[in-house]
Amino acid sequence: METISDEKIKTLQIKANNIRKSIIEMLYLAGSGHTAGALGMTDIFTYLYFVALKHKPENPNWANRDRVVLSNGHICPVLYATMAHSGYFKIDELKTLRKFGSRLQGHPHREYLSMIETSSGPLGEGLSQAVGMAIASRIDKGLDKKIYCLVGDGELDEGQNWEAIMLAAKEKLNNLIVIVDRNFIQIDGSTEAVMPLGDLNLKFKAFNWNTIDINGNDFKEISEAFTTAQKSIDKPTVIVANTVPSKGVLAWEWDYKWHGKAPNREEMSMAIRGLEEINNKIK
Amino acid sequence: MLNHNLKLNPKVFNDDVTKKSTREGFGEGLLQAAIENDNVVGLCADLTDSVKMNIFAEKFPDRFVEVGIAEQNLISVASGMAAMGKIPFVGSYAIFNPGRNWEQIRTTVCYNDQPVKIFGSHAGLSVGPDGGSHQMLEDIALTRVLPNMIVVSPCDAIEASKATLAISKTKTPAYLRAARNDTPIITTKETNFEIGKAEIFFKPENGLASVGIIATGPILYNALIAAKKLDEKGIKVKLMNLSTIKPLDREAIISLAKETKNIVTIEDHQITGGMGSAVAECLSEFYPTKITFMGVKNIFGQSGNPKELEKYYKLDIESIIETIEILLK
Repeated sequence: METISDEKIKTLQIKANNIRKSIIEMLYLAGSGHTAGALGMTDIFTYLYFVALKHKPENPNWANRDRVVLSNGHICPVLYATMAHSGYFKIDELKTLRKFGSRLQGHPHREYLSMIETSSGPLGEGLSQAVGMAIASRIDKGLDKKIYCLVGDGELDEGQNWEAIMLAAKEKLNNLIVIVDRNFIQIDGSTEAVMPLGDLNLKFKAFNWNTIDINGNDFKEISEAFTTAQKSIDKPTVIVANTVPSKGVLAWEWDYKWHGKAPNREEMSMAIRGLEEINNKIK
Repeated sequence: MLNHNLKLNPKVFNDDVTKKSTREGFGEGLLQAAIENDNVVGLCADLTDSVKMNIFAEKFPDRFVEVGIAEQNLISVASGMAAMGKIPFVGSYAIFNPGRNWEQIRTTVCYNDQPVKIFGSHAGLSVGPDGGSHQMLEDIALTRVLPNMIVVSPCDAIEASKATLAISKTKTPAYLRAARNDTPIITTKETNFEIGKAEIFFKPENGLASVGIIATGPILYNALIAAKKLDEKGIKVKLMNLSTIKPLDREAIISLAKETKNIVTIEDHQITGGMGSAVAECLSEFYPTKITFMGVKNIFGQSGNPKELEKYYKLDIESIIETIEILLK
């Protein structure tokens, strides 16, 4: 297994924290939105867009690109911010999040931002669409194309996911890689109190998937998981990414109230100062 | 008299008129669409023979996906395939597709603006013995309310086949409604079909009509026979086949209303939100006209053969004649 160098990890950590700063700023300017999930998934998105993905930000419609399906559309600040930092559009545009006429709708909408693969928001529908893309890609003999689907753990309550999970295994979709944001929170509280999901690895294994369980905020583990998943021969792969909600802002980590809340000016300044300090230590 | 310009089936008034189901017409149209375009794919939820996708699936096994009894997944998988350039046809019973999976249709197909073609078979009371749980009477309402959607309800198997081919060529989502049982062939291969175009199937030999009947789906046959019998009694009627419910042929509807000042709509569907409602939305805005709605009146269906059910729910030939005679008194 190729391992990721310590230098590369440092670069990615700094990049991720810069993306986190953008997320916090854009949410503050928007005045509403979802903070915890976006910050928790920033390391995964950073790895995805800066290492894993075969894509051309300057040519978003490039036919041979890998596909990214964000199922839990409410964490879109991390999608938008990572895309901007990768060069899809100017970082300055992030300030328009949730504003009238913006391409950056409150939940992603293709009609406004055609460079995203799907519109999303209503939960539990992304995985099915990713399965459809993986099947279509196979029909076109596009086996080199990977379909990445990002799913929240809470949305696995939706039965439709398990319909899609069965189909993906039946069709042996080795070109499908699903990342579950396992942060144990949903709107009404802990996932295990609202509707216990239990051991997701065991569940997916029982559905005949490859499963990889990682710390979703550790680039070494993220890198190993993606590399393994990309080599699957005859099964879809799920990476259960255990993430810390609001990762990077100590005062907000694990606090449920940040699920659907945006920071005020003071909170934003405090958070950004904290992230800058972390980055200085990395250097 | 039949509108001869349309080259309708000359044997349509015979007792031994040929019968075939609209779902079979769909199956043939799908095969044709798939032959013409490599991007056409098919998905089904454990009803492949029943919704007549078997002809396609046998010919193109690599372009067919069986998803099991899972209609929400069915439609969203199709959306994903459309995102990769495919033209997916998804088939099931109308009660499940668009019934079970409506929000998925709204979000992953219409909101996402993907050209997924939804096929709802076994629609209407004509499912018969299966009973009310399977008699989909709300699908026109569910689909025509959605932005970007085309809604087509063909009157016979030949029109169903042409409509299937036609929707395979649009870049938008579409819903095609079909029925289970064999119904009379009203049109011919030569009859024009165009999405969004209504046609007058029956008209007085001379002079203006005093009633304009608008029908959709195979129930149009009852309206056609009723029109002929009324004509024989000296009551002049025009009958319109409104097979495309969205986009609506406003011009044709307004023109019929201007001539007759008296519209009767007939559909194997709830009156609320159905084809008649679409006609009413158009006429109340552009040419307010008295409308009589014939359809299912805010109740569910029940078991019975299609003829018994038509009679009970007042969609049979006699009920149409009676309604129009009372209307003109």
